[in-house]
Amino acid sequence: MAEVALVDVSKSFGAVDAVRNLSLSIANGEFVVLLGPTGAGKTTTLRLIAGLERPDRGNVLIQGRIVTEAVPAERDVAFVFQQYSLYPHLTVYDNLAFPLRSPARRMDEQLVRRRIHQVAELLHVEQKLGNRATALSGGEMQRVAIGRALVREPAVYLMDEPLSSLDAKLRAELRLELKRIQRELGTTILYVTHDQIEAMTMADRIGVMNEGVLIQLGTPREIYERPDNAYVASRLGAPAINLVPAELLAGGAMPPNARTVGLRTEHIRMICSADGPGPVAQVHWVEHLGDQNHVHLKIASHSLVTLADPAQQLKAGDRVSLAFDDPLYFDQAGNRVAANESGRQA
Amino acid sequence: MNLSVTAHSVAEPTARSKRIASFVVVIYALVTILPLVWIFLTGFKTPPDSIAYPPKILFEPSVEGYVNLFTTRSRQTPEFLESLPPPQTWYERLVRSRNMVIGGPSKVVPRFANSMIIAFGSTFLAVCFGTIAAYAFSRFRVPLADDLLFFILSTRMMPPIAVAVPIYLMFRNLGLTDTKLGMILLYTAVNVSLAVWLLKGFMDEIPREYEEAAMVDGYSRLRAFFKVVLPQATTGIAATAIFCLIFAWNEYAFAVLLTSGEAQTMPPFIPFIIGEGGQDWPAVAAATTLFFIPILLFTILLRRHLLRGITFGAVRK
Ligand SMILES: Nc1ncnc2c1ncn2[C@@H]1O[C@H](COP(=O)(O)OP(=O)(O)OP(=O)(O)O)[C@@H](O)[C@H]1O
Ligand SMILES: [Mg+2]
Repeated sequence: MAEVALVDVSKSFGAVDAVRNLSLSIANGEFVVLLGPTGAGKTTTLRLIAGLERPDRGNVLIQGRIVTEAVPAERDVAFVFQQYSLYPHLTVYDNLAFPLRSPARRMDEQLVRRRIHQVAELLHVEQKLGNRATALSGGEMQRVAIGRALVREPAVYLMDEPLSSLDAKLRAELRLELKRIQRELGTTILYVTHDQIEAMTMADRIGVMNEGVLIQLGTPREIYERPDNAYVASRLGAPAINLVPAELLAGGAMPPNARTVGLRTEHIRMICSADGPGPVAQVHWVEHLGDQNHVHLKIASHSLVTLADPAQQLKAGDRVSLAFDDPLYFDQAGNRVAANESGRQA
Repeated sequence: MNLSVTAHSVAEPTARSKRIASFVVVIYALVTILPLVWIFLTGFKTPPDSIAYPPKILFEPSVEGYVNLFTTRSRQTPEFLESLPPPQTWYERLVRSRNMVIGGPSKVVPRFANSMIIAFGSTFLAVCFGTIAAYAFSRFRVPLADDLLFFILSTRMMPPIAVAVPIYLMFRNLGLTDTKLGMILLYTAVNVSLAVWLLKGFMDEIPREYEEAAMVDGYSRLRAFFKVVLPQATTGIAATAIFCLIFAWNEYAFAVLLTSGEAQTMPPFIPFIIGEGGQDWPAVAAATTLFFIPILLFTILLRRHLLRGITFGAVRK
């Protein structure tokens, strides 16, 4: 049964359509990540589920129950906010205990204590339980904020960029930890992020949003390998996918209605001589990142970015010829079109 | 050159500039505290000392002013005083030495009590109403919010003298003249506009996410308000309460007009403390000194909240 479902939900703020005709269903135990640029409506979507916003149209269901009109306290969700999550007038312990002492689910203090110590240990904040919430570093605050959700066992966790202010190491650690907790406990999580690594590694399914619209929903592999359109393709991959006009690379498996070709780095092979069979490009400049190099190429007046092994001694001005493996094709409107099967091996 | 100037302005103040600054502060403090000291000292002078010219800096302290403040007295002939039994208490002795006997307690205690009840009562009400209204204006889409807020402010624009007559007539018709309830209502009405405006600013500073987090965690809006918003608003509430209290405590114009007996507060009472042959200045000074104490205590008590700053800290950037 779907744990959370949004049925054709719309919400606007004055002239801004924050969410448009959004339908989304999250299964029990599923980890869904919403990915999208700033202002895409991700936070608004979470707030609609939590009951902090009323939809203009559509329905919200939690565990099969229509909760569109229900107040937040009746919905059994936990929310990790993007900002301002801890109560500055309380200690870390009392912050963590706050949800467990609510009238909706008053708990024995003994149990509260046990639960808090479990969660504090998990998030490495046991030493800080006695601190005021204001006497924490940014990263500690964020972990306590996550902890405030984890002490509960709600129908769904809504997390709004919970790892965004942590340093890279801690983020990687917590990412694994969250995923482990989610898998072990079978919790349902709707998670918002800008970070594609978080999206790719944690999600069972990724929803890509832009301008209030859910553009594509699918497994990380689907989203990455078979994006519905050029916009979704450009959200994932680093360096970002290269979108070049089709006429530059005619031939191969190119379907007749393709107008744009999407080249991820793994679609591009560089041959370090100018007399390969494919189109010839000029190295414009090389960025050294240590473990890899970003090579900026010019082909006609278009730029491409791809990866190269640092051992490959490329320098600006070199000419290389390119070969392409299974690139993505997009039509006039930007929608992906399948490769031409018959021409695949050409 | 430029660099050194910049560095200089950022660096710790030098010993010399610190000395100059503290000198200025001390002079300013002395100048402002002088009238208070003067009043305080006058309270311990005898009536003749209090009007001596040139003013006496050194004098023999006396509590006559305080005794006079708390009692009513009458002058008697020496023969009558002879016939009385000897004075029982130190203050009777003091009064007797001036050839007078104590008639009974003066009105100062009930007047002081009136001031306390009216000022604290109206402050409490104004802050309560102000907090609720400010929260509503800050969090909900109130129709015509801007116009309403301006209307609330406009209730305070009229000088008391301009509205005195209509208010007097209203009070007479409602039977509120010279009642504590009437004065509490009046001061609440005047202060509530200040309270709404001050507190709205503070409420706007409190992120909504706090209540929203509490509501998602199973609290109703009302409970979230008490558990989360109010503790965050203590600074604003304390500041507002002090402003309201100072107004209600010191208010003179309405008090003169609307109270004469039963509900008279200290401000109209103090100037009319009469001794023999006019104002009894030591008693007036004694009353003023006592009148000053509650405000001082209240401000000191709330100082901790005032200085604690608003929601600094637990903000994730
Ligand atoms: N309370 C509000 N009043 C008016 N406009 C709002 C409100 N909340 C959101 N919006 C608008 O709705 C749109 C979507 O906002 P939302 O916060 O959902 O974006 P987001 O995807 O979470 O962005 P970010 O990644 O920056 O957090 C934005 O254009 C925003 O300005
Ligand atoms: Mg957001």
